[in-house]
Amino acid sequence: MSEKPHLSVLDRPNSYIGRSVPRPNARRLLAGRGQYPSNVSLPRMVHVAFARSPFAHARIVGVDTEAARQAPGVVGVFVGEDIAKICQPWVGTLEHFAGMKSAPQYPLAHNVVRWQGEPVVAVVAQTRALAEDALELLLIDYEELPAVTDPETALDPDTPLIHPELGDNLVFGSKVEAGDIERAFAEADLVVEDEFHFGRHTGVTLEPRVVVADYDPSEERLTAYHGTQTPYQMQDVYARHLGLAEENVRVVVKDIGGAFGIKLHVHGEEMTTCALSMLLKRPVKWSADRLESFVSDIHARDHRVRARLALTKDGRILGYDVDDLTGVGAYSVYPRTSAVEGNQVIKLVGAPYTQQHYRAVLKVVLQNKNVMSQYRAVGHPIAFTVTEALVDKAAAELGLDPMELRARNYVPDDAYPYKSASGFTYEGLSLQRSLEKLKEMIGYPELREEQRGLRDKGVYRGIGIATFVEITAPGPAFYGVGGARISSQDGCSMKLEPSGKVQLAISVNELGQGTETIVAQIAATELGIAMEDIRVVTGDTGATPYGGAAWASRGAAIGGEVTVRAARALRDSILEVAGASLQTSPSELDLRDSLVVSREDGEELISLAEVGRIAYFRSDTLPPGFQPQLSVVRHYSPQGLPFAFTNGVHASYVEVDVDTGLVRLLNHWVVEDCGRVLNPKLVDEQARGGVAQGIGMALFEECLYSADGQLTNGSLADYLVPLSSELPDIEVAHIETPSQYSEIGAKGAGEAGTAASPAAIMNAVNDAIAPLGGRVTAMPMTPERILRSLKRI
Amino acid sequence: MKSPQFDYVRPGSLDQVLDLLAEHGDEAQVIAGGQSLVPTMNMRLAAPSVLVDVNHVPGLAGVELCGKWLRIGALTRHAEIACSPEVARHAPLLARAAPYIAHEAIRNRGTFGGSVATADPASEWPACCLTLGARIHLASRKGTRTIPAEDFFEGVYQTAIEPHELITHVEVPAAADGMLYGFDELARRKGDYAIVGLAVQARIGAKGPMKLLRRNDQRLSEVRLGFFGVAETPVLAQQAAAALEGRPLDAESIQAAQSALADDLQPLSDLYTSAEAKTHMTRVLLGRVLHALSGDHSA
Repeated sequence: MSEKPHLSVLDRPNSYIGRSVPRPNARRLLAGRGQYPSNVSLPRMVHVAFARSPFAHARIVGVDTEAARQAPGVVGVFVGEDIAKICQPWVGTLEHFAGMKSAPQYPLAHNVVRWQGEPVVAVVAQTRALAEDALELLLIDYEELPAVTDPETALDPDTPLIHPELGDNLVFGSKVEAGDIERAFAEADLVVEDEFHFGRHTGVTLEPRVVVADYDPSEERLTAYHGTQTPYQMQDVYARHLGLAEENVRVVVKDIGGAFGIKLHVHGEEMTTCALSMLLKRPVKWSADRLESFVSDIHARDHRVRARLALTKDGRILGYDVDDLTGVGAYSVYPRTSAVEGNQVIKLVGAPYTQQHYRAVLKVVLQNKNVMSQYRAVGHPIAFTVTEALVDKAAAELGLDPMELRARNYVPDDAYPYKSASGFTYEGLSLQRSLEKLKEMIGYPELREEQRGLRDKGVYRGIGIATFVEITAPGPAFYGVGGARISSQDGCSMKLEPSGKVQLAISVNELGQGTETIVAQIAATELGIAMEDIRVVTGDTGATPYGGAAWASRGAAIGGEVTVRAARALRDSILEVAGASLQTSPSELDLRDSLVVSREDGEELISLAEVGRIAYFRSDTLPPGFQPQLSVVRHYSPQGLPFAFTNGVHASYVEVDVDTGLVRLLNHWVVEDCGRVLNPKLVDEQARGGVAQGIGMALFEECLYSADGQLTNGSLADYLVPLSSELPDIEVAHIETPSQYSEIGAKGAGEAGTAASPAAIMNAVNDAIAPLGGRVTAMPMTPERILRSLKRI
Repeated sequence: MKSPQFDYVRPGSLDQVLDLLAEHGDEAQVIAGGQSLVPTMNMRLAAPSVLVDVNHVPGLAGVELCGKWLRIGALTRHAEIACSPEVARHAPLLARAAPYIAHEAIRNRGTFGGSVATADPASEWPACCLTLGARIHLASRKGTRTIPAEDFFEGVYQTAIEPHELITHVEVPAAADGMLYGFDELARRKGDYAIVGLAVQARIGAKGPMKLLRRNDQRLSEVRLGFFGVAETPVLAQQAAAALEGRPLDAESIQAAQSALADDLQPLSDLYTSAEAKTHMTRVLLGRVLHALSGDHSA
C-alpha cells in the first residue's frame, strides 16, 4: 500500500490558491442585481427621519411634536424617552482597559445633546420625503451649554464637564514603557522631535448606513436588513438592548456598499429604527443621507502627538518617546470603544525597529463633537507617520540616506520570533527584504537623480518612504477578554448537494474585499472541484455559523483557515461514502475534477454527483449501519499569538508646487507581506483602495469644526475625498512570509494600504520642500499649511 | 435629503415659460441642467413651489455668430461650449475655461445660462462674462432687457434677474485679431470650484488700420483681469490692469501688475484657505497666466 503523504491545500493539483481568479459575485453586481440593504423594500414598510441637534451642547427644554404628528403621511413621532422605554442605553468601555470610563448613551438624545447632529426626535412616515416635511414642523426648545471642542484644554479644571457624573473629561489614559528612556535620551548623540497633528476624518462609504427593521410580534422576532460588517455582533446587541431572545434576532447583509470600519459600531439611528419597528409592529427603514452621514457616522483619527527619537551618531535608534492626545467626541463608542485607536498608536510607534527603550503616553478625552472610533488601519497611520517622519528627520541630520537609516535599524529578517519594545511578539516579518524589493521597484538611484536634476530647474519633487508593521486577525485577547461579545472565531459549514456541487456558508462576510472569492478558491482546491460548483452564502445570521465576520483584516487569515478545515471534513466525509460504496478504504481515494479517484494511480472511479445520488437517494446500497454525513461545520479561532503581524513599506513620489502649496502625486508603491497571497489581484486592489484612503488623510480629508462645535464642511461639496483624477498609479508587490500557525498561512491584507501611505506622502512632501526650509507635520497637508511652512504667507 | 413637494411644468415655448414666471413670480424656479438647483432643493435650502423645466423650449440652446458678437443660448451645455468650433474661434477664453468646469457628467447637463444665473462666486462662466464684457439678455412678459456683465453679478448667488425673468442668451464680443486670452485656476482636486481663478483678456499691438503702420507695437491695451473665488462676485482687477495698459507684456510689467493687485483685491477666506493665502495665490496666478500669455504670443 502506498504511503503518499497527505497533500496540503497548498500543493493540491489544479490549485486556485495564489491565482488571480475573478470574483464570482462580480457578474451579479455588474448586472445591477446587488442586494444592498438600501434596495430592501418590504410590504407595509415606513420610513424614519431624524431631527438632529443644531448645537454641540445643549439641554433639551421641550419638544412640541403636535404639528408634526398631524402632518400628511406621518405614522408616529418619537422622542428619546419613548425609545428608551424599550431600548437599553449602552456604555462604550472594555474591562481590560483599566480605568476606562464613558457615560450611558441613549439611541435618541436624553435630556442633553452632546454633539451637533446627535439624533433627538424620530419621525416615521409613509415616505422619507413626508418624514422630512414633518421634521420641519417640530418645535424643539434648547438651552445652549458651553461646548468643549479643544482636546488640549479638555482636562483643564475650568473646562465644563461633558458628562458631569464621570468627574472629568478623560475616557482613558495609558502608558507603555520599556528600558530606560530617560537615560537613552540623556546619552543620545542625536535627538529629533516634532509635534504632529492629524485631523478628524470619516469613512465616506459609497452606500450610507442603512437598516430595514422588520419586527414580527407573533414570534417576537426581529429581522434587520442592516448594512453592517459585523452581523453577529449586531444580533447580540439588538437582542440584549431591545430585550429580545438572541435566537429571535436575525441580521441579514448580503451586499454592502463599503464599510471601512464605519459599519461595525453601534449608532443610535439603527437602534432606534429597530425599536420603532417593535413599537409600530411593522417594517421601518432608515437610510442615512450624505448630510446625516457626516454628522453621525463615526469620525476617525484626531490626534496631537508630540514625539522624539533618540539615536547614536552612527544612526542606531535608541528609542522613541511619545505623547498622544486624542479627542473622541461625546461618548466612547460601543462596543469596541474609542480607546483602541490610541492604544494601538502607543504600542506601534517604532514597531519596525530594534529600539530597546520606549515610552508612550496616551490620553483619550471627550469633546462636544461627533463620536470617534475605529476606522481602517486603526491607529497605524498615526503611529507610522510619527515613526517614519522622525526617521527621515534624523537621517537628514546625520547625513544618511533615509533608506540606509531604516536598513540599519529594522528588526532583521532572521531575528524572529521577536518581542518588540512595546511587548508585541512578531511571528515573522520581512522588513529587510521588503525594503530591498521596494528599492528595486522604484529605481531608487535613478529617482534621486531625476529629483536632483529637476530641482536645479526649480521643480520640487520629493521621495518619501514609510514602513509599517500591522496588527491583523486578532484573537480573543482583543475584545473577548474585555467583556465584549465580539467573536474572534469564525465558522464555516458545507454540504454536498445531491448534484455533487457544494454549498458553503461562512461567518466572514463580503464587503467588496473579495472574501466570497477566496473562500470559494480554498474550498474548491481542497475538494477538487471547480469554483463555479461552489455556492457561497454569507451575511445572514439565520443561515451561517456564528462568527466575528469582517473586522481587523481577518477574512483570509481566519475565514480562509476555517474554510480549509471545513472542506477537509467534507472531503473526508465524501471519501467515506465513496469508500463504503466502492468497498475500499477511504485512504485509498482522492478527489479531483469532481471525481473520486484512486489515490494510487488516479484512476477515475465515481463522480461526486454519483456520491450524492447514492448518499441521499440510495443509502440502501451502502453497508448496513453506515450513515453518510455530507454536511459539516468547523470553527476556528486564531492560534499561537494574539495577532498575525504583517509588514511592508510604501514609497511616494510627489511634486510640490512651492508657489501655490498644491501637491501632485506622481507615483505610489507598496511592498507588503501578508503571508500567503491567496489571490494577488484582490490583495493588490485592497492595497490600492487603502492607499487611496491614505491619500485622503494625507492631503484632503478633514472634518472641520468651528470653535463652538459646528461641523462646517459636512457635505461632499466641501469635504474633499480624493477622486480618480487625484490618484497616481499605485504599484504593489509582495513578499510572502506565511504564518506557521495555520495551514493556509495567510495574514490580514485589508489595511496595509492605509497603514503607511499617509506617512510616505508626508515624507515625500517634506523631502520636496526641505531645500526651501519647509516642513509640514499636520495632516491633511493643505496648500495653506504648505505655504505657511515655506513662509510664503 | 428629499426635496419638499413641488409642481413641475414643462413648457414647450418661451411664451409659456414667461407666462409661468409671470404667474408664479418668485415661487417658481427655472430648471435647466439642475446641477446646482437639485442638490439645493434636496438639502431643503431651496423650496420652489413650481419648477419650470426649460429643457424643451426651442431656440434657447446653441452658439451662433451674430455680427461682432457670439451669441450663446442659455440652454447651451458646458460640454457643447467645450467642443464648439465657433466658441474656439470666436470666444477662445470660453474654450479654455470649459475644461475646468466640474466633471464630464456635470458638463453634459449643466448649462451656460444656468451657471450665469446661479452666480457662484467661484465658478468659471460669470468670471469669463465679466472679463469679456458680455451682455446678458433677459426676457419676461414685460419685454426684454440687456444687462452688461459688470452690472449683473450682485452678490453670492445674487444677480440682477427679476423673479419673472429668464436668461435667454448671453452675447460675448467675438475675438478680434490681436486679442489675447488666458485662463487658469487653482483647485485642490480636478473639477472643484476654484480656490482662486483668473480669466484674462488683452489686446496686444495697435488696433484696426493703425496695425499696419505700427507693426512693431507690442503694447497692451483693453486689459481685463477677471478674478473669481476671491469675493462675493467675480472681480475685475482694475489697478493691475492699469499697470499693464500701454506697456509690453514682459517680466517688468507683469511684476508691476502683481504689485498693483493688492489695491484691487481683498480676498475672502474659504473653508480651507485663509485670505492671506488667497492674496498670495492671486499674485502667483496672475504671474502665471500673464507669463503663459507672453509665451503664447511670442511663439
